[in-house]
Amino acid sequence: MNTSTITSTDTNNTGTRIQLALLAVAFIALLVAPFVFYPIFLMKVLCFALFACAFNLLLGYTGLLSFGHAAFFGGASYFTGYVVKELGFPPELGILVGVAGAALLGLVMGFFAIRRQGIYFAMVTLALAQMFYFFCLQAEFTHGEDGLQGVPRGHLFGFIDLNEPLNMYFFVLGVFVIGIFAIWRIVHSPFGMILKSIRENEDRAISLGYSVNRYKLGAFVMSAALAGLAGGTKTLVFQFATLTDVAWQMSGEVILMTLLGGIGTIFGPIFGAGFVVTLQNYLAASSFPVTVLTGLIFMICVLVFRRGIIGEFNASRLGARLGLRTKQ
Amino acid sequence: MIMIFGIPIQAFLGQLLIGLINGSFYAMLSLGLAIIFGMLRVINFAHGAQYMMGAFAGMLLLTWLGVNYWFALIFAPVIVGLTGIVVERFALRRLYNLDHLYGLLFTFGLALVVEGTFRYFYGSSGQPYATPEILSGGVNLGFMYLPIYRGWVVVASLIVCIGTWVLIEKTRLGAYLRAATENPILVQSFGINVPLLLTLTYGLGAGLAALAGIMAAPIYQVSPLMGSNLIIVVFAIVVVGGMGSILGAIITGYALGILEGLTKVFYPEASNIVIFVIMALVLLVRPAGLFGREA
Repeated sequence: MNTSTITSTDTNNTGTRIQLALLAVAFIALLVAPFVFYPIFLMKVLCFALFACAFNLLLGYTGLLSFGHAAFFGGASYFTGYVVKELGFPPELGILVGVAGAALLGLVMGFFAIRRQGIYFAMVTLALAQMFYFFCLQAEFTHGEDGLQGVPRGHLFGFIDLNEPLNMYFFVLGVFVIGIFAIWRIVHSPFGMILKSIRENEDRAISLGYSVNRYKLGAFVMSAALAGLAGGTKTLVFQFATLTDVAWQMSGEVILMTLLGGIGTIFGPIFGAGFVVTLQNYLAASSFPVTVLTGLIFMICVLVFRRGIIGEFNASRLGARLGLRTKQ
Repeated sequence: MIMIFGIPIQAFLGQLLIGLINGSFYAMLSLGLAIIFGMLRVINFAHGAQYMMGAFAGMLLLTWLGVNYWFALIFAPVIVGLTGIVVERFALRRLYNLDHLYGLLFTFGLALVVEGTFRYFYGSSGQPYATPEILSGGVNLGFMYLPIYRGWVVVASLIVCIGTWVLIEKTRLGAYLRAATENPILVQSFGINVPLLLTLTYGLGAGLAALAGIMAAPIYQVSPLMGSNLIIVVFAIVVVGGMGSILGAIITGYALGILEGLTKVFYPEASNIVIFVIMALVLLVRPAGLFGREA
């Protein structure tokens, strides 16, 4: 252990450089991507990637498995859609309304959910989200089974026409980068450290004098707000908000993306989201049922590689050389 | 016409009966969940899928082999129970030493696979399952009309629930089970095959779900998605009851079913969510659940 400390910090330095280089390459790829791929597809990936990262903030860094994140994603999707379409809000304000609504919803759901731990937490969030689903089914402003259709994209800051696919893409990319940066900041802040300590040993965090429940609620609300950011943006991309976004299957999907990519890694959920969305796109044309494959991937992930793709990579020898292996 | 709280008594009793029937299924399903959780510490998300498999097993036995309802009541749970045993033996077993959440995620994936497969072959729409001859028709009780099959479901589910309770609380096998729940290592050191007990428990739980499924088949239609929405309600019920006690799961199941039925009479808009509201209230007042112990 001790002898390798020096070498590991040594490789860490080159590691950091390589990581920065990788990050730069990824960013350039994202800038070039819309000229190569179908922009709507890319925007969908970005929205779901942000959603999965927001979810991972809770599962990966606080150790809370929420089975109800569809409520925030889909809720924000409805809020944004409603204020943009019916009240004529500009897009940036519409998304902010979605974020605020999701955060409020997160505050209420979190207030109840953090009263239980572990497996019960998952069941409570699932039940509360289902309750919100029924609310959306019956409420006037969601238009029930039809959903909100034809939400206009409008003009960003009043002068950038978002109906232009490329404008829209770079807007979504901007939102995505801001969201990921926010998550990165949260995770690496003192607040994030306390969240991780709660994940590792809740009792000890309590005995150190932290009011664990407040931190959990804080993380829950932040995760909900960021999921809302993804949901609101998604509404503008597809120009509709439907019950699919609030249904429990959506909560399952985001868990899968995170699990597949790697719980508790920054980039894992992005990778997982890309994989799942691509898969859905390919299977949409065939008659093969997507849920069967999704379920199979779930089972294989849980049985064989619980660290996920990125997690396994980070733990591999190459990952260690790049300084990606976590210290535990 | 006799009125209760401004509602015609027929409507009142009718909804009460529907509530009681829903409650019967809630009770049987939450009972199975509680047993599985008690032993395996796994929340069985596939419980809804196993309920659906029970209904399908009954229907397919009838159409392919001409097996009637009464034999299906035996065979469907056995078949589904066997699939449960296979799943436990080859997959779930590997997850016991991990965080309990992995069990939930695995069975969630399993539920998706099972439901997706059935949907692929049988479509999303429901298929009818005829009520057995002897139980069709109804009796006029004077104040209301009671379809015999529904009466049978209520009675049968009570028998199943009480039977399971007796099995676990009063028999030698049940004593082993309870002991293994408390301290598996100690029980194993007494020479009892605990891994086998775990396997059988999961099989029993899956079989119970299937039994509920075949009993539900003549009332609701047999459809691939019949279990998926139900299971979420059952989860809420389990949170309300707390999974600590078998009897607690049974009582909560019936009580919330009836409450849901009554809500349909007085405030229909809320009938979908009343159980979730109750769950939220219980979380405020008694986070461990009505019959639960703080873990």
